[in-house]
Amino acid sequence: MNEISMFAFNIPFVSIFLMMISAIITPLIPNRNRLPEKLSCWVISIVGVLSAYLLYALTNSGQSITFNFAMGHFPAPWGNELRAGPLEAVLSLVFCIAMLLSLLGNFSSTQEDIAPARRNIFCVLVNLLTASLLALTYTNDLFTAYVFIEINTIAACSIVAVKEGAETVRAALRYLVMSLVGSGLVMISICLLYGLTGHLLMQNMHGAIQVLVTTQNYMMPLTVSLALITVGLAIKSALYPFAAWLPDAHGSSTNASSAILSGLVLKGHIFILIKIFCRVFGLDVIHALRMDTVIFILGVVAMIIGSVHALRQKNVKRMIAWSSVAQVGYIFLGVGLNTIAGIAAACLHIIVHATVKPMLFTAAGGLSSAAGHKKGLHALMGTFYVNRWAGLGLIAGACSMMGVPAFAGFASKLSLMLASFDSPFVAWSLAALAASSVLNALYYVPAVIVIMTHSKDAQKNFTAPPPTKLYNFSMLAFLILNFYLGLFCMPLLRLITRGVNVL
Amino acid sequence: MNEELRNIWTQFFNWVMGNGPRPENEVIPPEPPPALPFTQKPEDKYSRFHEATLKERYNQWLELHGLHIFSSLYSGLSVLTCIVIVCLLLATVAELPPFGHERNPANNEVIRRYVQYGWHETGAQNIVAGLILDYRAFDTFGESSVLFTAACSVLMILSATRSNKPDKKSPLMRHHVFRKDDAILQGIASLSIPVILMMGCVVVINGHLSPGGGFSGGAILSTALILAANAYGFERVHEFFSERTFIVSSSTALMIYALSKGYSFFTGANHLHSIIPKGTVGDILSAGLILPLDICVGLIVAGTLYGFYALFSEGEM
Amino acid sequence: MLEKLLLNHYEAAAVILSGIGLTNLLLQRNLIKKIIGLNIMDTAVYLFLAAKGYVAGRAAPILFEEGGKWVTNPDVYVNPVPAGLVLTGIVVSVSVTAFALALTLRLYEHYGTLNIDEALLKMTEQQEDIEAKVSQAEEDVLA
Repeated sequence: MNEISMFAFNIPFVSIFLMMISAIITPLIPNRNRLPEKLSCWVISIVGVLSAYLLYALTNSGQSITFNFAMGHFPAPWGNELRAGPLEAVLSLVFCIAMLLSLLGNFSSTQEDIAPARRNIFCVLVNLLTASLLALTYTNDLFTAYVFIEINTIAACSIVAVKEGAETVRAALRYLVMSLVGSGLVMISICLLYGLTGHLLMQNMHGAIQVLVTTQNYMMPLTVSLALITVGLAIKSALYPFAAWLPDAHGSSTNASSAILSGLVLKGHIFILIKIFCRVFGLDVIHALRMDTVIFILGVVAMIIGSVHALRQKNVKRMIAWSSVAQVGYIFLGVGLNTIAGIAAACLHIIVHATVKPMLFTAAGGLSSAAGHKKGLHALMGTFYVNRWAGLGLIAGACSMMGVPAFAGFASKLSLMLASFDSPFVAWSLAALAASSVLNALYYVPAVIVIMTHSKDAQKNFTAPPPTKLYNFSMLAFLILNFYLGLFCMPLLRLITRGVNVL
Repeated sequence: MNEELRNIWTQFFNWVMGNGPRPENEVIPPEPPPALPFTQKPEDKYSRFHEATLKERYNQWLELHGLHIFSSLYSGLSVLTCIVIVCLLLATVAELPPFGHERNPANNEVIRRYVQYGWHETGAQNIVAGLILDYRAFDTFGESSVLFTAACSVLMILSATRSNKPDKKSPLMRHHVFRKDDAILQGIASLSIPVILMMGCVVVINGHLSPGGGFSGGAILSTALILAANAYGFERVHEFFSERTFIVSSSTALMIYALSKGYSFFTGANHLHSIIPKGTVGDILSAGLILPLDICVGLIVAGTLYGFYALFSEGEM
Repeated sequence: MLEKLLLNHYEAAAVILSGIGLTNLLLQRNLIKKIIGLNIMDTAVYLFLAAKGYVAGRAAPILFEEGGKWVTNPDVYVNPVPAGLVLTGIVVSVSVTAFALALTLRLYEHYGTLNIDEALLKMTEQQEDIEAKVSQAEEDVLA
């Protein structure tokens, strides 16, 4: 309170409640002229501006750069609490930007794919999803996290099913079943932890766990609960052996949903896992219980196998979806290094992927609508010349995923590489990064070549309307973000490292 | 007699195992050709017309791709995983703090304050009500939002049937037979609905004094609506509780919840004085915001549960 | 270990139940049974929480009067926190179940089956049909 203004102090609470209230009010406003979507976009931009201001206030506040916000009249172990630091502020800013650009970029494709009666509820769900992501970012209480994970799950599954059709219903059900297994495991683990520590607040749990570890009491239940919560959140964030649901869900839904799910929903769960590792257990306990090795190995496997699966896809959206599995592997590799640098690199990769993947999905959507709504890779031949912005987006996204210098992916891969030098697995991690980059190139380069190939026959068939101004604007914004992250990421990385230090 | 018993047993066994009459030859009515995506018309010369049922085709498909081994492997592995998980958890449980012991870690200073000062700080006689609606109100707000999310999602998913085919009911709902002249049902309903409504209101309003509260009371209220719909028909209920009413009432109730709790969070976090009076413990009008919040939650729950029932049985509200 | 399990018999029963629920959720092909498995698992968690909150010989956490004064001694009442958590959990489970059932209903309308793998088969068949239709139509045009 002393360092930062009261306005900035209230921002975490205000942003969550703004999103919630806009979700609640959306069913009441008239469902015409796309008013609900405009409202969502405006509220998300306001929250984004607020998060940016919070970030500014936190970085200029001197020594103490985190603060706790009591939700109610009671101090922390009794009431709920939010906690904000630089990392939380950066992530909520990125989430807002990515959400806004995904919505804006797919404004017209949303109109085509979603029945008018459903658009209203689609906006409710998007708002709830954003609110739950913000709450997951800011919460300091494990049970609040569970409740918002559930909101996130239901909203995410229903924005898969928002596009009518048999395939989306099937994909949503698969996603839902896997998610429910995950949240069941998380719930059991939270109950075990509550029984062991008697707290639900993260800091107090941390203190109790430290005591348990030093006295070597209850080590077995502690290990089991850590394993359960890790597996539960890994299922929800599509770490490889648990990722079978992802391509269906992300490949079949409407473009806006795919972009939001791939870019943001996975990241919310990964961030809550990082918070549990850093804030509840502490990195030394994680190391003592050997969970870092498991995460590291799963991350490496996901990086390779996700890319191998992506190679075999013919549908461009499914290809990008499998590539998400590989990218989630990168993030878990960083988490598995179990150092501050590793986790900071993982957070940077979260940010990079949260901006690049929506761009790829938006670009793929634009290209396939230019090709008459065909999703097969070969149907996209020559579409670059029909929708240049989408083509540029796909090329930039592909370069970024391959790790070409000056693109966003390069920065995060470089920082992952640098972080892995401090760990005992350095050889493995470098080999996996190299192999996965080559594999990424193997499926992204053909896609780029296909869209750049001139084909006279195909171009005659392209009767799609020209892309809207909004689409071009959001593509431009995505491209600028991409280059910004690729070229000027060092200040951001320093900020994230500070944030991880005080997490 | 014995034969009959065996038949019944076989039927029951098939029902349990899911081998009962297949949907394709059972559910779809023969006379009106239903416009469903999964019924391909035989006259369409390009479509396949399947003689075998889906289950047989599925088994053939498994055979064809050599997936039987994989499928049984998957089952075996799942069982193994679950057994391992159960054994691990049992071992864990054996290590846990002993059941019902007062020195367990969970009985710490947090609980002492809830019990000792809870009545003074929240004004609620029911400590759990004070806990969930005042101390940890953000969780409970999240939980109401889960219900709201689910209601919106179910409304979206199920009401699509109606937007496609405005007149026809989907084949799943055609078994729903409704008799308008069931005198016994209507008589009992007319007697019991007021009682149920009163009971629900009592549970909601006494949420801060006795067991119960918004959720349980709302569930009771919704049973009255469901009974009314079954006795007098959905049309009668629709006259005063339509989809629009549902959306407006839930959204408004949740909005009141959000705004009042937002006020309380805001004043609490910024150490401002809150104008909400606590009242005397044990009175009906006490416990600050808990009573109005219980009423809001009750409205949301009653509407949502009735909405689920109506949407599932009729496809509309 | 067995003695300890007997001591914690509520928790042990809860764990076994949640194992049954999890097995059903993973193993059953029929979606309705999957959802039943989910509910068993949730119920097991509530049993676990309720057992965690119990303290032998104490009263339910609703203040009672003795001699005209509220009894606020913390050693008289059981732990109220698990009750609150269970309440939240029940509402979450109701919502999730309703949502899953709604999706199942739609799946049944689209595919005529409750088995998610059979639905996949049906989808591939439909896609093959569509491809066959397209190629047939192309042949017709050529002819």
